[in-house]
Amino acid sequence: MEKNDDYFYIPQLKKRNRNGKIFKWVCASALISALFFLFIFLFDMVRQGYPAFTQAYIETEVTFNEDLKSNPYSAFDSDSFSIISRAWMRGLPRMMDEDPSLKGTEQKIWALANAEVDQYIKGHPHKLRDREQKIVDRMLEEGSIESKFNVIFFLTGDSKIPENAGFYSAIIGSLLTLLVTMTIAVPIGIMTAIYLEEFAPDNKFTQFIEININNLAAIPSILFGLLGLAIFIIFFGVPRSSPLVGGMTLALMSLPIIIVSSKAALKSVPATIRQAGFGLGLTRWQIVRDHVLPLSLPGMLTGSIIALAQAIGETAPLIIVGMIAFVPDAATNILEPATVMPAQIYTWSGMPERMYIEKTAAGILVLLTILLSMNGVAIYLRKKFHTKW
Amino acid sequence: MSNELLYLLFFGGLFPLMFIAYIIGKNKAISLTNKNIKMHSQPSQYGWFVSLYTGLPIITITVVGVFLYLFDIHLLPPFMLISFALSLGAVSLVFLNKAINKDTKARNLVEGFIEGLLLLATFVSILTTFGILISILFEAIEFFRRESFFNFIFGTTWNPDTAFLEGAGRGGEEVASAKFGAVPIFAGTFYITGIAMLVAVPIGVFTAIFMSEYASETLRDRIKPILEILAGIPTVVYGFFAAITVAPLLVDFFASLGLKASYESALGAGIVMGIMIVPIIASLSDDVINAVPKNVKQGSLALGMNKAETIRFVVLPSAMPGIIAATLLGVSRALGETMIVVMAASLRPNLTMNPLEDMTTVTVKIVEVLVGDQAFDSSLTLSAFALGLVLFVITLVINIVSIYTIRKFHKKYKISNL
Repeated sequence: MEKNDDYFYIPQLKKRNRNGKIFKWVCASALISALFFLFIFLFDMVRQGYPAFTQAYIETEVTFNEDLKSNPYSAFDSDSFSIISRAWMRGLPRMMDEDPSLKGTEQKIWALANAEVDQYIKGHPHKLRDREQKIVDRMLEEGSIESKFNVIFFLTGDSKIPENAGFYSAIIGSLLTLLVTMTIAVPIGIMTAIYLEEFAPDNKFTQFIEININNLAAIPSILFGLLGLAIFIIFFGVPRSSPLVGGMTLALMSLPIIIVSSKAALKSVPATIRQAGFGLGLTRWQIVRDHVLPLSLPGMLTGSIIALAQAIGETAPLIIVGMIAFVPDAATNILEPATVMPAQIYTWSGMPERMYIEKTAAGILVLLTILLSMNGVAIYLRKKFHTKW
Repeated sequence: MSNELLYLLFFGGLFPLMFIAYIIGKNKAISLTNKNIKMHSQPSQYGWFVSLYTGLPIITITVVGVFLYLFDIHLLPPFMLISFALSLGAVSLVFLNKAINKDTKARNLVEGFIEGLLLLATFVSILTTFGILISILFEAIEFFRRESFFNFIFGTTWNPDTAFLEGAGRGGEEVASAKFGAVPIFAGTFYITGIAMLVAVPIGVFTAIFMSEYASETLRDRIKPILEILAGIPTVVYGFFAAITVAPLLVDFFASLGLKASYESALGAGIVMGIMIVPIIASLSDDVINAVPKNVKQGSLALGMNKAETIRFVVLPSAMPGIIAATLLGVSRALGETMIVVMAASLRPNLTMNPLEDMTTVTVKIVEVLVGDQAFDSSLTLSAFALGLVLFVITLVINIVSIYTIRKFHKKYKISNL
């Protein structure tokens, strides 16, 4: 059959269909490139971060005597002095105070190696001198240097000595800040959503509030930092760098997200429930309290968790309100100076020593794990309580 | 008197008083019911009525008093103020208790109170916007009183280093006066934003098209959470990635082409920022593309267009206002993005068209100035607020335009997400 005899033959059809396929592949490649980036990114973070979870330790002999108390450095010969962490040596007198039975004895203990030894063992660029390298090589053969799980990273705060720097005080700071954010933002956000969705008349004022909330969600976060600085710190006198001021600033930031998601949750409750309530003679508040609110609570919870997950990763406004102070010890209440996880990551990323880079990446891994598990909980809740009306 | 004791007095007075008020109000209502009087509301509602309206004057007076205190108006010493508020609460308790009779509409009054409380909560978000505006505006005005507005907007030299000498009283003839020409800073901001949008818009929009038109339901359900991960990664993490991984890669790549790229190039920061914005544009565009009515698409298919043509000539033009609005929101995010540029772009204002050179942005300058140890009233510190004001105004205009566009779009197709 000749092509031209085909009644349905359209000369351009082949080309058009080919173009259609190309278009589809362009779309798919956009998605693939986004996913590819995510993969590369996560891979890179893990690659850079995982070495920080181990740390080199050196088996060494320490004589616990009075000299050690006054000058802990004196207990070591020059060889071990150059490869053991100064921060660890300084901790020896306290170790002796805590355990008086050590006094006068000679102990074999695993001492923290300094950053250069650690980097040398991991095969990263290091600044060990040839002589020190030989000592370390010999000790490696003897088995008196070992890489162990890095507990210090999870148990201490920031430090100017790289091998002694940990993420603990930042984690505590983030928790305290998040607590403040949660207690302020979640109730106010849900109350606002209830008012706008259930009580507010549809007038210019309500529209103004809604546009304002949408705008607030898109205002640069750093401007919230300026608000925190000018109003909370300078005007109200809230202590600088404290989880209180950080938490209040983040609360204002996450408020619009919580409002928008809570409104969506309220909206998903069908109107028939309200109509049934009115039909039985309930007041508007009674319907909201006893019927609409319990039905939409899972949705509100999900939205709040997502908003808080965003708040925990927020850095810029917290830098402005001073939460990048050097904080070696974890804060014990919301008025003490504290640092938060993203701010600690930022501080470490600017440090010159090589070891801080892997600590930064390790900090990022901890932060991402927390964020992903928060989001995971939110998605699980959304799936579990999802109701099809 | 210490703060702790004041808190103790306030809360130790307020809560027991409100609790007693609840009991008294409820019992009064019960005793009236027992006398066979038909009451308007339930007994517990009378309890709440007395309790809430006992607490109201106490809290109001204390809050007003604290505010006046912050403005340095001392009407009463704090101890007296709280005692006064508490005694007023007690008086209102007695008064309210007397006022309860069968016609008291306790339920309506309680619900009116609750509605008022909810309305009060909505004011927090309005106050936030005004708070941002006020906190920036006053300092910015102070800045423009010292430095010329015209120079700030059109000057091409940003050299504020001598401002702090003047602040220290060492300014004089021999020191060149500080220059606050912000053009290089704005140019850097828009340039990096431009690069980010070149990355984000194609990837974001095409991803949205794929997700809403081509992907199957199950694929969609699996990919959406993954894209949400991309949106949920903190910007400080992107910044680290841009500075540690992307920047050296770019430098090596361009070196192999014989070009010299800076480690703090606008290109590196822009690309990573673009990736950050992809999920924002993708999810908003996805919403609007889904909002295009099915019958429009079916009409096009019935006329013999294939799927791709339907998308290109029918769906996309209908969704265009929404896509533009999504892009605008992305632009506003890029303009205000801080951590990526703080970590991956430089501090040096640099007026250039070469994306391989280093540039700075408004947000970088704000952070640099406010994190340093400047006196709060120096011109340099104030300049951060002036830059902040410009950022606020630009993003406000963009946001409002895009919000209106999306609202109009949704009204047209009778759905409402925003």
